[in-house]
Amino acid sequence: MDRLRIQRGHIPYLSEFFHSIKLDRLRMQRIRELAIEKALFLCALVSVLTTIGIVLVLIFETLSFFEEVPILEFLTGTTWAPTYRPQHFGVLPLINGTIMIAAGAAVIAIPLGIASSVYLSEYASAKVRQTVKPVLEILAGIPTVVYGYFAISFITPLIREFIPDANIFNAASASIVVGIMILPMVSSLSEDAMRSVPRSLREGAYALGSTRFDVSTKIVVPAALSGILASFVLAISRAVGETMAVTLAAGATPKMTLNFFESIQTMTAYIVQVSLGDTPHGSIEYQTIFAVGMVLFIMTLLMNIVSMWIKERYREVYS
Amino acid sequence: MTEAIHTTNLNAWYGKTHALKNIDMTVENNKITAIIGPSGCGKSTFIRCLNRMNDLIDGFSTEGEILIRGKDIKDTDPVALRKKIGMVFQKPNPFPKSIYENIAYGPRIHGINKRELDSIVESSLKKAALWNEVKDRLNDNAMELSGGQQQRLCIARALAVGPEIILFDEPCSALDPISASKIEDLMIDLKEKYTIVIVTHNMQQAARVSDSTAFFLMGEMIEFGDTKQIFKKPREKSTEDYITGRFG
Repeated sequence: MDRLRIQRGHIPYLSEFFHSIKLDRLRMQRIRELAIEKALFLCALVSVLTTIGIVLVLIFETLSFFEEVPILEFLTGTTWAPTYRPQHFGVLPLINGTIMIAAGAAVIAIPLGIASSVYLSEYASAKVRQTVKPVLEILAGIPTVVYGYFAISFITPLIREFIPDANIFNAASASIVVGIMILPMVSSLSEDAMRSVPRSLREGAYALGSTRFDVSTKIVVPAALSGILASFVLAISRAVGETMAVTLAAGATPKMTLNFFESIQTMTAYIVQVSLGDTPHGSIEYQTIFAVGMVLFIMTLLMNIVSMWIKERYREVYS
Repeated sequence: MTEAIHTTNLNAWYGKTHALKNIDMTVENNKITAIIGPSGCGKSTFIRCLNRMNDLIDGFSTEGEILIRGKDIKDTDPVALRKKIGMVFQKPNPFPKSIYENIAYGPRIHGINKRELDSIVESSLKKAALWNEVKDRLNDNAMELSGGQQQRLCIARALAVGPEIILFDEPCSALDPISASKIEDLMIDLKEKYTIVIVTHNMQQAARVSDSTAFFLMGEMIEFGDTKQIFKKPREKSTEDYITGRFG
């Protein structure tokens, strides 16, 4: 009897003891989870704060630039000569150069990109796709300075072979190389969009006696259109922001022209030129790069927003 | 000729998996032929051989002979073959286009004149018993239709290219009972003009709609005969076990 009572007394005591250990462990776990969450949040915060910081610097420097130069002159002037006397601050030639490069690149990358994505998604066997797609994506990993070098050492001489009058620095060469650069983006993203079209739609079309070409062009491409268009816009936005290749190949002559065989200058190339040159910090000439950077930033931001909007707006809902 | 489809010694493989073994089968004109059997028995593989849909699958191969109206399908271009043999799938798969465009797609790729399209769309939808429900909203997206309506749209889409044979691959398995019975009624109407092969999991459905029934098991055709005979007096023990629900 006595021993029994002792045992009975022991049991609740022990279980309480274990219970408190368990609670401690739970508390520790909660604290650890909380710490992990906060640490991860801080990491995410770093990139957000950096972005905010960059935008703030851009805004303040741009504002102080516009205290000196009227915004209307900046946006409508057709001569860009901030480092010569008399100074001119019309940004249009730089925007013109940027749009030329982007448009030229798009003319190359969009047809080639869509054709290769149709091939990869609808025609190629699994084996071919598994080899070609990674190779195509490696194109995207080549440093852009290599592309620039490729442009001046290979494409430009080739162009001058056919058009001897072409300037040694010209927009055509830069457009072609930027086009090749953004090609993997178009083809890879478009292919992803096409591959996500359900197999059942293709089967339905094949069962009606469609050829592969009918299925690709009349069923798959329309169904994947939102993703394909979004890839175009993203790739063009990448071309607008492309720096190294155009700095090397397109020249440094801000000009209102539509002639692809002349030397031009893009916004990005101008920023490089001033950043590397001996323009004194804090001078009005130096501040131009922030104003130009702001224009560039707004352009690419708008294009990214448009791309997201297209993706949402034209998303086909199947099944 | 009363034979629409005739297979001799048909074998099929997915890579190394032997999916169909020596299938000899005859499908008669203007009849409904049902294929029953447990999952994985090869019944879908079989009908997908008939319109060469399996050709689209990497690693698929066949041996043996398939005659459609006496002509070997190996000598027929798959595109032309599939125009003659329509197919309706397990899950309704309308294109993400308007109701009109879904029907017009087939005739259009086969070069039908624009002026004829309207009447083809109307007659196909009428044959599929869908016209009255959709005639006022032909430009609406087909995705807005109910599952049963989508399936009838897929049938109308198949009819629009003027097939002689229609293959149904478990057409009602994704549908509610009322929509399913509409599809069954429709199949019975259609057999006046078309030859129908239907794969089904639902034995009541096979018994209700079909004229002949084939029972497949593990890639082999165990028994093939008159539907009444198969369901009342199966010759094979495994057929009886399956239709009485002892397995599968």
